[in-house]
Amino acid sequence: MNTENTLEHKKDKADIDGKQEYTITVYAENRIGLLNRIAIIFSKRKINIESLNTSPSEIDGIHRFNIVITESYDVVRKLARQIEKQVEVLKVYFNTNEEIIWQELALYKVSTDEIAEKVTVERLLRQYGASAVVIRKDYTVFAVTGHREETDALVKALEPFELIEFVRSARIAIIKDSAGFHEKLKEFEAFEPGEELIENEFLDKGEKIFTM
Amino acid sequence: METAQDTLQQTEAKAETSKTFKGTGSQVLLNGLIEEGVTTIFGYPGGAIMPIYDALYDYADKLEHILVRHEQGGIHAAQGFARASGKVGVCFATSGPGATNLVTGLADAQIDSTPLVCITGQVFAHLLGTDAFQETDVINITTPVTKWNYQVTDAKEIPEVLAKAFYIAKSGRPGPVLIDITKNAQLQVEEFPEYVKCNHIRSYRPKPKVRVEFIEQAAQLINAAQKPFILFGQGVILGQAEAEFKAFIEKSGIPAAWTIMGDGAIPTDHPLNVGMLGMHGNYGPNVLTNEADVIIAIGMRFDDRVTGRLDKYAKQAKIVHLDIDPAEIDKNVKADVGVWGDCKETLPLLTDLVNEKKHDDWLAKFKDYNQQEIDQVITPELYPEGDEMTMGEVLRNINEICGGDAVIVTDVGQHQMVACRYAKFNNTRSNITSGGLGTMGFGLPAAIGAKYGVPNKTVIAIIGDGGFQMTPQELGTIMQFGAAVKILILNNRFLGMVRQWQQLFHDKRYSFVNITSPDFVALAKSYYIEASKVDERANLRNALETMINHEGSYLLEVMVGRENNVFPMVPQGMSVSEIRLK
Repeated sequence: MNTENTLEHKKDKADIDGKQEYTITVYAENRIGLLNRIAIIFSKRKINIESLNTSPSEIDGIHRFNIVITESYDVVRKLARQIEKQVEVLKVYFNTNEEIIWQELALYKVSTDEIAEKVTVERLLRQYGASAVVIRKDYTVFAVTGHREETDALVKALEPFELIEFVRSARIAIIKDSAGFHEKLKEFEAFEPGEELIENEFLDKGEKIFTM
Repeated sequence: METAQDTLQQTEAKAETSKTFKGTGSQVLLNGLIEEGVTTIFGYPGGAIMPIYDALYDYADKLEHILVRHEQGGIHAAQGFARASGKVGVCFATSGPGATNLVTGLADAQIDSTPLVCITGQVFAHLLGTDAFQETDVINITTPVTKWNYQVTDAKEIPEVLAKAFYIAKSGRPGPVLIDITKNAQLQVEEFPEYVKCNHIRSYRPKPKVRVEFIEQAAQLINAAQKPFILFGQGVILGQAEAEFKAFIEKSGIPAAWTIMGDGAIPTDHPLNVGMLGMHGNYGPNVLTNEADVIIAIGMRFDDRVTGRLDKYAKQAKIVHLDIDPAEIDKNVKADVGVWGDCKETLPLLTDLVNEKKHDDWLAKFKDYNQQEIDQVITPELYPEGDEMTMGEVLRNINEICGGDAVIVTDVGQHQMVACRYAKFNNTRSNITSGGLGTMGFGLPAAIGAKYGVPNKTVIAIIGDGGFQMTPQELGTIMQFGAAVKILILNNRFLGMVRQWQQLFHDKRYSFVNITSPDFVALAKSYYIEASKVDERANLRNALETMINHEGSYLLEVMVGRENNVFPMVPQGMSVSEIRLK
């Protein structure tokens, strides 16, 4: 695998000195403790992670991390190499916002009465492309996906109408011009299927086990 | 015709040849160590690793276990063993305090890329997270200071995890690996499959792919250079590329200087070896770093102790950087050409493409600077005229007695810089020192380990009076197991390096650097180790010869000048070309 290409090819486009938002995409084995290993790479350098999402990828046993930080090109490039150096990490990409398509999911809990009574709310929601996830007597939960500004704007718009609770997910992103790491992943998988994760199966058997 | 008896015998024989094994997790662990070629283990038992020690009782003929006096001693010994022998060092420790005592050694091994496999015991799996007796979260504590670590809660995992551990520790850029095994897994009886060594991990690429175009670009730069200069580090030794490196410098005729971790990769006397880089390195290599037009960095990582101030470092030079770890290239110094790969593979490719050349005028510049250094620093250090003995003259005598064949293990401080500057080495893996972490207390236990790694060589531990007092308990290990280590304490009754800084940069405010010492000779003798003390030059040579020729271990304390400084010196925050001779 040729890391150099992916780590170097964006150099000209990126603002080399100035800080900007970068999304780091990490493909890694699903292994206990790896999140910590990756997080340490940031905390050791006192770099704040703005958003972190980790979830299974399309291949069993391989997880995909999306990490958002605001840093200079040079710092991000070094971070990416340090992450890729970890034994369980298969591949790291990093991209500016122009190079990715990304979404965040936001959930809004609002009073159902308010919604029912005030037609403007309904219009508001339609305007933001929200969908109702749950409708109860006491409240309704709407979901919106989009960029931060979009989900933020709806928070502002809902404030006057009893926004009871709000939650937003981490960013997930797809790189516009990655020629499909998916294919590579499948190759890896065919060559050497992921191992089963062994967790601590003895943890709940405490009282049944005699120890000294 | 086969009788039933014959058939039975055949079946039994079959069972013996197939290498499946029924036994405990502890036994399968020890079998695995034997399969990996381990002969020597440094360790200290305790409650949570007791099943492994119990199994070890039956393996005494195959696995030599050295009982250290402190786990820190155990891991430093494993480091010394690995560095001297080129094999993977192995150490055992129990859970909790045993495991936390390994942390310094892990950090040292991590930064100096030393291959280690450390096995720690852990409380029963069902007790994890309950603050059980001697429970600590070893995995999380050691994550930043290991190349890889893993907690085993089920014995079935042991063979595969152990095989992975050895593969990860020694492949690519080597490093320390820790396996934490819960007590239930050590006791668990299973039928284990045959032990299979690991040679591939899906997500792990120890060696980056060598890209020929970068080697071509590097060769072009080198061939066009008027003042090319090679900086080499431990990567040459770790890659076992000493011969390839020598061929490269000899063909290209380029002067080469070393970091302290690269010391010994080529003989000290080699005509193209121009000396040591960095804060206490030689005058010429430092000054000329800022004059070279092409710098070829091989298996070194531009540590701040080597570069001094980065914004004034080699700005005029094109940089070619060869390293196995892609994360090192461009990390501190931006490379014009980065050659990723194991230098054992990349160097021959580069040697093929470089022109055969001699750089006589350029080399002569190094000699000019060297002459200035000889006149102003080296001669007064090696042949002092005053009554006080210098550390340098002790090293000169050692060189004269051993002729460059001894393995020299140093602790950290002034004596370390003096030893690295002046010790003569004919062979690779002869200089063992704590480079990146600068761990005081490293010297004595690392020397014990080195002696087990290369039992036929003379191993001399050179240690300051301060560093010795950090791990003196390991004299007990020598007493019990008889590692014939020569211990040379250079005593200036100060924490010398700190004192030097206080003198130069803190207006001579000697804040807590005045350290008193016990009677080292009596201390050694209390451990039944032969010892003596020298405070006059007239007795020095004799005493050194006695120490080196002594059959077993020997401690020699030499009283040296109190306020001698190590020069040259690149003061912190200065450029390498601002190196001071005084």
